[in-house]
Amino acid sequence: MKYDTTMRDVWVGLFVALGLAALVMLALRVSNLASLSNDAGYRVVAQFDNIGGLKVRAPIKLAGVVVGRVESISIDPATFRAEVGLRIENRYGILPKDTSAAIYTSGLLGEQYIGLLPGAEEAVLKDGDRITITQSSIVLENLIGQFLYNKAAEGEKK
Amino acid sequence: MIRGFALLGRRAQDALARLGRLHLFLLALLPALPAGLLRPRLVVDQLFAIGVLSMQIILVSGLFVGLVLGLQGYNILTTFGSAESLGVVVALSLVRELGPVITALLFAGRAGSAITAEIGLMKSTEQLAGMEMMAVDPLKRVVAPRFLAGFLAMPLLAALFSAIGVLGGYFIGVGLLGVDAGAYWSQIESRVDFHEDIVNGVIKSLVFGIVAIWIAVFEGFDCVPTPDGVSRATTRTVVNTSLAVLGLDFIMTALMFNV
Repeated sequence: MKYDTTMRDVWVGLFVALGLAALVMLALRVSNLASLSNDAGYRVVAQFDNIGGLKVRAPIKLAGVVVGRVESISIDPATFRAEVGLRIENRYGILPKDTSAAIYTSGLLGEQYIGLLPGAEEAVLKDGDRITITQSSIVLENLIGQFLYNKAAEGEKK
Repeated sequence: MIRGFALLGRRAQDALARLGRLHLFLLALLPALPAGLLRPRLVVDQLFAIGVLSMQIILVSGLFVGLVLGLQGYNILTTFGSAESLGVVVALSLVRELGPVITALLFAGRAGSAITAEIGLMKSTEQLAGMEMMAVDPLKRVVAPRFLAGFLAMPLLAALFSAIGVLGGYFIGVGLLGVDAGAYWSQIESRVDFHEDIVNGVIKSLVFGIVAIWIAVFEGFDCVPTPDGVSRATTRTVVNTSLAVLGLDFIMTALMFNV
């Protein structure tokens, strides 16, 4: 194979362009870079008795639509409850103050996310506000334990 | 018995000495790299030899690896009723592991061996010595452009490999097996993280590129200047690069994706 210098330059240019295009495709099409909006959003806090397997960056959904991400998870040293920081996009700054948050599981084995249920109040949630009405994730062991306990109580009555 | 120990000792000393020379060589090479940048013509020529001519094998292997991942992943995922996650399986395994690793292995076989043989032959025909006679530093004139070209080409080749592999998985999954096209892409987008997966994959391919090209130029420069020596050096390039890449891959995976 014999290539003269200009052809060679063209090929090298093509190679670099293709390689960069592949990188850009990986960044935009394959990863979540495009969907990571620059929208800083506003932060609200919610406390849960038990967050189960919730992780940082888990989605926050309103009626199934992703409206934000979990930003931080920590323990409130005063109440020993889990304190979850939620970053919600600014364009969803329409949530009423009495919105409730619950931890759900997508599918039977899927990952956990936070579902929001809007309330009825006029005032909306703002940066630094607190969601007071929360529902913890359902821990399967507790559920089974409760079920067995009820069964046993029923048996004693008879 | 004694002779056996003596042989073992000599082997160990040889290996250690080679490792030492490898690092001394890098130390000598690093100051010569800026000189390579001053002659972009040479770097472009090497980019052609290392990058463009490797594209064929990278693209074809990437496509087929993607196709196979699509088929195998689909078979397993359907038993869990989650064939829509096929895209995630294909994309994550390519971007995180297979893209950088297989590209580096192919790179060692396709480009690394050629570079070792080229430099080794230059050495055995005393071209390198001739350059030194003319006060041309072979590190700057011969080794630096190749090193830079390999360093630049490897991440691009790995990106091409991963991208064409994801497309291959798409052809098989969506075109042949009937996975939903929207689900394929949206699942990929939502589950592949830019910093965690893509950037770490690129870092891996950069490190592999440096290791592969470093070993290739060193073996060529260090070879015994005989036909036999050049052939041994070429073999060593491929074997040592493969071992180094696989070992480093394990360490980097443990550091990057610690669970």
